[in-house]
Amino acid sequence: MVGNAVFRAEGLRKSFGRTEVLGGVSLALHAGEVTVLMGANGAGKSTFVKIISGVYERGGGTMDLAGREFAPTTPAEAIRAGVVTVHQNINDGVVADLDVATNLTLDRLSGANAPMLFNPARVRREARAVADRMGLAFDLKARVSDLSLADRQMVAIARALAHQPKVLILDEPTSSLSSAEADRLFALIDRLREQGVAILYISHRMSDIRRLADRIVSMRDGVVSGVFDSKPLDYEGAVNAMLGRKIHLDRIVVRDSAKPILTIDGLRIAQGAKPISLTLGDGEVVAITGLVGVGKTALAETLFGVRKPLAGAMTMNGMPYAPRSAGDAIAAGVFLVAKDRGENGIVGGFNIQENISLPFHKRMSRFAVLKRRLERATARRQIKELGIVCRSEKDEMSSLSGGNQQKVMVGRWMAQDATLFILDEPFQGVDISARRDIAAKLRASAGGRATLLFVTEIDEALETADRILVMSEQTIVGEHRNADVDLDRLLAEVAGGPLHNAA
Amino acid sequence: MTLRDYAIRYGFIVLLFGLIAYFAIAADGFVSPQSAVFIFQSVAITGVLALGVTATLVVGGFDLSIGSVATSAMMAAAYVMVVLEQNVVVAVVVCLVIGAIVGLINGWLIVYMRVPDLLATLGMMFLLVGLQRIPTEGRSIATGMTMPDGSVANGKFSEAFLALGRHRFDFFIPNLIPVSVVVLLVLAVLIWFFLEYTRFGRMMYAVGSNERAAELAGAPVKAYKIWAYVISGVFASIGGILLAARLGRGDIASGNNLLLDAVAAALIGYAVLGAAKPNAFGTAVGALFVGILLQGLTMMNAPYYTQDFVKGVVLVIALVFTFALSGRGRR
Repeated sequence: MVGNAVFRAEGLRKSFGRTEVLGGVSLALHAGEVTVLMGANGAGKSTFVKIISGVYERGGGTMDLAGREFAPTTPAEAIRAGVVTVHQNINDGVVADLDVATNLTLDRLSGANAPMLFNPARVRREARAVADRMGLAFDLKARVSDLSLADRQMVAIARALAHQPKVLILDEPTSSLSSAEADRLFALIDRLREQGVAILYISHRMSDIRRLADRIVSMRDGVVSGVFDSKPLDYEGAVNAMLGRKIHLDRIVVRDSAKPILTIDGLRIAQGAKPISLTLGDGEVVAITGLVGVGKTALAETLFGVRKPLAGAMTMNGMPYAPRSAGDAIAAGVFLVAKDRGENGIVGGFNIQENISLPFHKRMSRFAVLKRRLERATARRQIKELGIVCRSEKDEMSSLSGGNQQKVMVGRWMAQDATLFILDEPFQGVDISARRDIAAKLRASAGGRATLLFVTEIDEALETADRILVMSEQTIVGEHRNADVDLDRLLAEVAGGPLHNAA
Repeated sequence: MTLRDYAIRYGFIVLLFGLIAYFAIAADGFVSPQSAVFIFQSVAITGVLALGVTATLVVGGFDLSIGSVATSAMMAAAYVMVVLEQNVVVAVVVCLVIGAIVGLINGWLIVYMRVPDLLATLGMMFLLVGLQRIPTEGRSIATGMTMPDGSVANGKFSEAFLALGRHRFDFFIPNLIPVSVVVLLVLAVLIWFFLEYTRFGRMMYAVGSNERAAELAGAPVKAYKIWAYVISGVFASIGGILLAARLGRGDIASGNNLLLDAVAAALIGYAVLGAAKPNAFGTAVGALFVGILLQGLTMMNAPYYTQDFVKGVVLVIALVFTFALSGRGRR
């Protein structure tokens, strides 16, 4: 098998500034085979893909395609050589305002041999040929903006395949598709596999991976951490290689809680998902872990009132809790440190002090006039409490490091006492020392509230939580007391193993 | 602070004082209380409009309808008094209500109908320019005018209403400061205090900078946006009242420059003290800057048609100060 690789990369390296993102990645793709690439955020998957597809220049290593050296300097060059990529964002692959036929032949509109005049009949004829070859029945006159997401995805892939590639890279193609739509995509992938295309499939969804994978390659911290190609595939092993424990840093003293604060009963957060029931206690830190896209953020947003549950009830301190907005949740003492701080947290035009006071203006003002002295004192207290490195509370957010920005976000929501404190991926883009500071602060201040963390990395859960819950397919599938965790069982649950059958 | 920081922070203020010094030397009679008051008076109406549009800029929007809201309010005031023969209170209230309703509709279009702000308010601008002409079939409104049905309108602008445009308060010198200047100063202080010191103003800035973050901090983002357009509409209608009071008639040809001058003042305001964001103080200084420039040029006998050109140059320089030099325009 190793002998007939269509594409081979040896020792690919890439650094941004002084951070090494890829530390020597070697990977081979074979004709007629689906290779799944797994890796957590920041593992280097997308950097790797961008090097293969000619977006980034590689820092070191060699690549060859069909026995010849392959060194694309632009995406167009990669496509001409036969390596075609369909990116995660579907709308990057299609032009929404044009019809399907034009989209399928878009790449022939420009270039040296393109005719001057646009001939609709010829375009439609060529488009028909492309669609037929893939066995797709499109209405070629339909505008892409009128199509469903799945159909757009098909158009994007069909457009990519019009180049008759040797290697097709699909970057999380199902992340916005329903399961029925995904099935159509899988059928298409099966057909391409039969036609002998080498496919690199990047995904977090275990059900996709179980359905499609011939081989699994796991990446972690910029290197390949595991290759699995003997049938039956070792899915747990692959997840372990991607997320499993590094050297364990801190042991925590596990606490149990007697007094429940929040009780969730039969909460359903997605169509067709099993209901969630759980109890969070006073003083305990609970981590919910699971792969990207299993509904962690949806659950966090449901608890915070910005998303409506499909069914179920919540009780907080004995009272019914049904927030209809973030404002309701905050008033009830439920605070959320949202993930992607740049997107959902930081107000760029505000300095540290103004960012910290943001949710608590009402409590910090009299007759609607903000009490600036109280605002400043609060900011200074939080800067000291969390050890935020800055010159003063008037510093711009953009002057802070990622770790310190995150500390400001956590400090914002710790400025007032919470009943339920939720943190969604609080360690994303945070250096190790800031991560330990935040975790220690969370544990030290946990009394009097319930603390709920959503993390993808199992290590982060093991380092901070008293209890670890596992999410898969929009529901909770496992629970572990963080004393003697059965890591094999935990990984199996993350991988969606015993509890469900592939979709 | 580096030299560059100083340039960004104080550059525009220095330019303002340099301009005053230049005109003081070059133009006779430029430095006098009367001249100063004249400048204030000339920028009063555009200043009020500019303060209103500042509120929409703060929430990350824009209001192109302010000029036509002002002229609509002017026509409405004239119609109410001249044709319907109502008193000053009714006229003022009708104008303010028009401003508030237009603001609500703008906000609704932008927030709930998801029409982009520039397009929604541009549409509203055209709508109002047409609407204000319908009651009189395109004629200006003045006492003694003939109505479309042949009757003669006998109402008059009330003295109290005209006083809004013509009365002058004593200030060291008798009959010095016009009402419109007082209105401008009061509104400027009000909106400045509102934006800088109240929690509502602070949250409006948060909405303009990162809407999603403001929402997740519990703010009713949609309400804040709609309120910004209501503020803008009401301020524009106040500008229209002052315009009607100054002219003493409902003149369909007036108010052409209001929109551009007000927007220019608000955008110049970005550069004042290196704020790099919409702010009431900057807007007021921006309006003043434009006023001083035009008054100085007029006193030096520059032809009227050069004025728009000079305004444009100033605006472009101010925008360069804000976006290129401070680098804050990039996110």
